[in-house]
Amino acid sequence: MALCKLIASFSQSATDSSHYQSRKLSIDEINLVSSYYQQNGNNSAVTGGIGTEKLNDISNNLDIRLFMFDRKKRKNIFDVEIGIDHYTSASSDKIDLKANSSASYADTRIYPSVNWSREHEQKGTTIGAGLSFSNEFDYQSKGINLLFAKKTADKNGEFTAKLQAYLDQVSLVTPTELRSGGGFGEHEDYGTANRNTFAASLSYTQIINTRLQVAFLADLIQQNGYLGLPFHRVYFTDGSVHQENLPDSRLKIPLGFRANYFAGDRLIIRSYYRFYTDNWGISAHTADLELPVKINPFFSISPFYRFTHQKGTRYFAPYEVHKATETYYTSNYDLSSFNSHFMGAGFRWSPVKGVFGIAHLQSMELRYGHYNRSTGLQSNIVSLNLRYK
Amino acid sequence: MKNSMIIGLLFACAISTSSCSSVKEYQKARLNDAEMTLSNRRVQKTETSFQVYREGASGANGGKTGGGCGCN
Repeated sequence: MALCKLIASFSQSATDSSHYQSRKLSIDEINLVSSYYQQNGNNSAVTGGIGTEKLNDISNNLDIRLFMFDRKKRKNIFDVEIGIDHYTSASSDKIDLKANSSASYADTRIYPSVNWSREHEQKGTTIGAGLSFSNEFDYQSKGINLLFAKKTADKNGEFTAKLQAYLDQVSLVTPTELRSGGGFGEHEDYGTANRNTFAASLSYTQIINTRLQVAFLADLIQQNGYLGLPFHRVYFTDGSVHQENLPDSRLKIPLGFRANYFAGDRLIIRSYYRFYTDNWGISAHTADLELPVKINPFFSISPFYRFTHQKGTRYFAPYEVHKATETYYTSNYDLSSFNSHFMGAGFRWSPVKGVFGIAHLQSMELRYGHYNRSTGLQSNIVSLNLRYK
Repeated sequence: MKNSMIIGLLFACAISTSSCSSVKEYQKARLNDAEMTLSNRRVQKTETSFQVYREGASGANGGKTGGGCGCN
């Protein structure tokens, strides 16, 4: 209720951009996305590929989009976003094997970002830039991105190029039994290692006809630095315990295709396919199908199903299978071979008079999904999106 | 595996080049529907994030590519 009042209090500053080109900074829309995620499994990388993966995460993300037109009638959009995740993890609690509830049991991640873009409607071009930051106990990240987009002459197609760089620091939190001094020290005692990610994302969207539009997506991602996690254990065949060791360079190439089709008056077919490959030997096929059905103009239900087949990295082996002669090794099942199924449904409600009668609370979306991985990992997620406009 | 990729790419090229018709702004009512956006929904934000953590494969979805978090 307090949230509704907060949102309603912004309503007087809202401006309809389609009729009036405001040179004053105005709120375009505000989105609040809240999620609860829980998972369980028995292949924790922290304990070398065995042990609980139980994890709970509460995530809240507030995104405020502002806009203004400049003297040349170009639309400037400012996106100010802040996200806060709080999680409890039974596996990261096992950084200290003797602990029942240690300092690593829970953590909070805060990740603000600011993005700006300027759209020149006559030329059909958009340029943009953004900054992001993320902080949690053992991981800090600073990100920057640049964007360029150009529409085709008939405005039915658009090419977008985005360059992203993340300069990250991993705190070297080692399993307690592998520390020279043993036991926990202060955060400053751990030391850090760099992890840099550089990504070029290209996409092309095309309207095929009045019912069908498609998108081609391609990323080229280069990562350098410390690419494992220091508290992931690996047990060798001789029973000895080691820290996960992975190459300090990784090149990823995902290629995606999306097609959305409006069939009849009520059914929409949203489809997505991705092929992924990298130089660690991982390759994957992901297919996603979602079928939103409009029960009426204001309410829709969207069942969905996502399937992934992943061929794991050559550096993966389960508990006590790696040999001392190997250079690189991990028992992280996220990098192993598996099939995964993710299914559920979303509900979208956007009444004319606003959700709960609040005029500017334009829509509410609720979505639930169940994830099942062939390694035994299972998870559930429920998310809520409130949109104020 | 390679054959299925080639067939997929050919299919994608075929539908995107052979049957395009120029659609005017006033004909875009269905295309502009909120369910027709060519990107992940905003409500999927955390979903996409957990998939980046739980799977080695990521990217090509207009969102996260692997940096910025202690994920893969």
